Amino acid sequence: MSELLNPEPKVIAFLCKWCSSNAADLAGVSRMKYPANVITIVTPCSGRVDPTYIFDALAGGADGVIVAGCHPGECHYVTGNYKTLKRMVLVKELAAQMGIEDERIHLEWISSSEAKKFVKTMTEFIEKLKHLPPNPLRNNRVALEAKH
Amino acid sequence: MKKIKLAVAAGSFCGGCDMSIINLNEMLIPIEEVIELVFWQVAADFKFEDVEALQDKEIDICLYHGPIRTSEHAEIAHLFRKKSKVMIAYGSCSCFGGIPQLANPYDAQTILDSVYTNGYNIDESGPNQNYMRPKSEYKKGRAMTLPKLLDSCLPLTSEVDVNYFVPGCPPVPTQWEMLVDIITNFIKKGELPPKGTVVAGETALCEECGREKPEEIVINRFRRPFEIDPDPEKCLLSQGIICMGPATRAGCGGQCTLGANMPCRGCFGPAPGVKDPGLKMLSAIASIGGAKIEAELGPEGLKKLMETIPDPFGTFYRFFTPEYIIKTKKKVAEEESSKK
Amino acid sequence: MSQKKKTREPEEAKRLGVFVCHCGKNIAATVDVENIAKEATNLHGVVHAAESHYLCSEPGQKALQDDIKYHRLDGIICACCSPTLHEETFRKAAADVGINKYEVEIANIREKCSWVHSDKEKATVKAMKIIETKVEKALLNEALTPISVDVNRNAMVVGAGITGIQAALDLANSGYHVYLVEQSPTIGGHMAQLTSTFPTLDCSQCILSPKMSEIAHHDNVELITNAKLTSVTGFVGNFKAQITKKPKFVIEELCNLCDDCVEVCPVIVPNEFEGGLGPRKAIYLPFPQAVPSAYILDIENCLGIHPLVCSKCRDACEQKAINYDMKEEIVELNVGAIVIATGYDLYDISKISEYDFGPEVDVIDGLQFERLLNSAGPTGGAVLRPSDHKKPETVVFVQCVGSRDPEHHMAYCSKICCTYTGKHALLLKDQEPETEVYVFYIDIRAAGRGYEEFIDRAQEMGVIYIRGKPSKIFREGDKTIIWAANTLTGERLEVEADLVVLAPAMIPSFDTKILSGVTKCNLDEYGFFKEAHVKLKPVESLVQGLFVAGTALSPKDIPECVAQGSAAASKAMALLSKPQLYHDPIVAIVNEKACSGCKVCQSLCPYGAISFDSVKNISVVKEILCQGCGTCASACPSLALTLKNQTDKQIENMIRIALKTEAK
Repeated sequence: MSELLNPEPKVIAFLCKWCSSNAADLAGVSRMKYPANVITIVTPCSGRVDPTYIFDALAGGADGVIVAGCHPGECHYVTGNYKTLKRMVLVKELAAQMGIEDERIHLEWISSSEAKKFVKTMTEFIEKLKHLPPNPLRNNRVALEAKH
Repeated sequence: MKKIKLAVAAGSFCGGCDMSIINLNEMLIPIEEVIELVFWQVAADFKFEDVEALQDKEIDICLYHGPIRTSEHAEIAHLFRKKSKVMIAYGSCSCFGGIPQLANPYDAQTILDSVYTNGYNIDESGPNQNYMRPKSEYKKGRAMTLPKLLDSCLPLTSEVDVNYFVPGCPPVPTQWEMLVDIITNFIKKGELPPKGTVVAGETALCEECGREKPEEIVINRFRRPFEIDPDPEKCLLSQGIICMGPATRAGCGGQCTLGANMPCRGCFGPAPGVKDPGLKMLSAIASIGGAKIEAELGPEGLKKLMETIPDPFGTFYRFFTPEYIIKTKKKVAEEESSKK
Repeated sequence: MSQKKKTREPEEAKRLGVFVCHCGKNIAATVDVENIAKEATNLHGVVHAAESHYLCSEPGQKALQDDIKYHRLDGIICACCSPTLHEETFRKAAADVGINKYEVEIANIREKCSWVHSDKEKATVKAMKIIETKVEKALLNEALTPISVDVNRNAMVVGAGITGIQAALDLANSGYHVYLVEQSPTIGGHMAQLTSTFPTLDCSQCILSPKMSEIAHHDNVELITNAKLTSVTGFVGNFKAQITKKPKFVIEELCNLCDDCVEVCPVIVPNEFEGGLGPRKAIYLPFPQAVPSAYILDIENCLGIHPLVCSKCRDACEQKAINYDMKEEIVELNVGAIVIATGYDLYDISKISEYDFGPEVDVIDGLQFERLLNSAGPTGGAVLRPSDHKKPETVVFVQCVGSRDPEHHMAYCSKICCTYTGKHALLLKDQEPETEVYVFYIDIRAAGRGYEEFIDRAQEMGVIYIRGKPSKIFREGDKTIIWAANTLTGERLEVEADLVVLAPAMIPSFDTKILSGVTKCNLDEYGFFKEAHVKLKPVESLVQGLFVAGTALSPKDIPECVAQGSAAASKAMALLSKPQLYHDPIVAIVNEKACSGCKVCQSLCPYGAISFDSVKNISVVKEILCQGCGTCASACPSLALTLKNQTDKQIENMIRIALKTEAK
């Protein structure tokens, strides 16, 4: 795992407006640092993140996608993040069937005070992607091995 | 009246689409009066040479069914595109990839391996004792050309330009009524509908199905059709069965849901405006799974509930090749051909 | 200019401006602002790009406004700090010069870029990407206007126990017209049954009845008793409530409480107000202070209202107040806000098979004991065994009956039982100092001003507290036997009692579930109503305009109920005080043509903003209720639902542009 297979991975992060985006802002206010490989897209709720967007991003050239929302039970819209959680279970399974590594799609609960967690999540995610080959969808190769 | 020239060509077909035409019975009579059949291998002994001998665009309408699974299918598709004025993708396979596209997560090598070597019934005592593979030489010195199995199984649009789509596995007589309208209009007035028209319903299947729906649809336990005897009056989703109806184009008249008490599998392809019915349906199903008891189940419980849905690709993409696969697979093919 | 905007084609003709802020050195130190402002002019749709040292400063805003006017911009992108800081500032500045505030986008290149990266080259590339994504979004943004609805300034309170009474009075005294709906014949609730209240031992009826009579005479209160809420339609500010009024067969206005009818009535049944320990007739006054102050005919126990069957009461009534022809009535009310205060019931002790229960075996519940202690009660305030009316020598109280028992019954603590059992023991000891009084408890939970001291007082008076939960309560001869273990000493106990008083768990009142269906207000796992936020919205429900207070939410004591009643009233007042409600227009909309009526969305909205039009067979979004989370839009399988200014197309374009590799 020490080999750098993809030194500059591209990441799209979907952040919910109330928790994760505020955590990202707090990270800024606290002048924490993380790699610049991630572009964030803020949605009102993580429940707004349509699974289509995740595959759009992966097929469009992203090496990894992060979806971040409020902790379970703390969603600003009460149950939006549960919907996200459920969708992500199926999205990951589907991605695995396509030969996309599980690590490329990441769901994290980050509350507005968890700037450290935000930075840690971003840094570790990007670090992990550097050691993976470029995303198979992006690199024009679909699963070569039977998964089932 | 001038007769129009019609061809029925096929890629990797099962014969169901041909049967759907033959099954039209008396509906064929008025059609027969206005068409001249130039190609239909199931009906008569036509040869590809006959087609090749035709002028470009000499065929008025070509119905192409079956996906592009081998290099031969691609050749056939290109040949008929060249010779036809109007190319119609007939049946779910040529429209979206159909059932054969379920093999898309795997490349040709994996498929051949699993069929000829790794299959569960293949060993020394089984049918393929010698682990034989298709060969391009069947006897010493007697070579023949076998079409190449492609790494993908894609809809007709991946190879050629398509004018109209007639989805369905197979299409149903009501679609033929529309088709006949299109053909007669073409003969009489020379008019054709706009390119890309889908000859089917204009909404999602739920509108046509009419099974009784409860106030809210929530699934607390997913069931596969064999697990229960579904109430024939009530919405299948509300009974825990994954039905693709909400994301699938109407036009079949609810053949499965009403006719067979079975869920819709999505053979009519995406509802109008929907780009990716698989992901949209995945999202819908995930959203209504345990929708009213989310807090009680908690993250772990919800995860477990979702994991009871087997094989997401096979469930949500039974007939439809997602765009990202088409794009990726085509890029692979281009790359390979540029290497040669 | 605003006229022009409404008619232009959405994408092509849009004129966008990009304004990049240096924020002193905060952004400029790590992002090449100058270069970005230059490059931004080349973006699709952007006709003007400028930089500013401090965009949020007065001169910065002035320059922004001048540029908007000069370049006739339709929308702007401010590349600056987080939208939480200055989105409103720039929206206002832009709105002042004619740009719709929903056409203003913030590209956060400070908190999400310049402050978190140190490599200037990379940060600049990223900042540009952030701006590009926002330009893509702005291209498809729609000009929106806030949604407004009229507010009906009447309120309805459901349940007229102490909580409901307090809420109704607060609302009425603030000048709002209140409909107070109660399902029983009188208001007052459980508090009217109590003898006195802990810890001050104030007479319960004495502090409650002034409030009850205030309700009866208040100009702003319309009291509807013996009635049920059967349907609620509409939405915040505009509810339509349907009330089903059962007939009382007595004309309230004519009844002068002479009691003649009761004397002649031949039917005697147990009185529910006395917990079944005393009798009443089929025509009766629930209790002397009842409001409305009138008799009621109990049709279920009456011999029959046909003159041929009995009609004694009607013949006896000189006022001609008894009318056998009364029918069930349905009343429709239009209200802007609803307060639910439906209170509690006691846990059904018959579900606890190891405890014998009933007056015949001298095992009663706390509310029944209140009646025994009450001077207006069936025994005139003397504590007597219900079975033989003898004075009990040994009385045992058992706490946590059906509560704090997650395996078999209710898991929660019923909160008030420790204190009221203390009160019972204390009052009993006060009345009959010779009586042996035992209290079985698990833990004493007496948090509240003066509560702990109150329990101490009971102990000082000789009440014996034993830590342990009885395993069996059964009758033997004329004694009731309690088997238990003292968990502090480990010894097994067997107590022969003359009277046993249980403290059952408070549970949601019997029709809470039905009411939850009617109001669409969610319940928790025990069946209590659920508040919108356990800490910050304790009396709001997820249904906007619907408030819940008192023991309908969870077990609590009187002061808490009163506080919640007032809280709910003040929340309702805040809503009713405005003639119109304004709502953010970032809401979901339904494309009627695309909707197939699959109903997938129906269960997803926590705010009940999505309903179904069964005539058109489509889903409908009530804009005023929609909070704009977009969960439904991403679940809609036929793409019929969209979130305004957060459309699929916008987000897909943002993703595409964010991942575009620069042509080199």
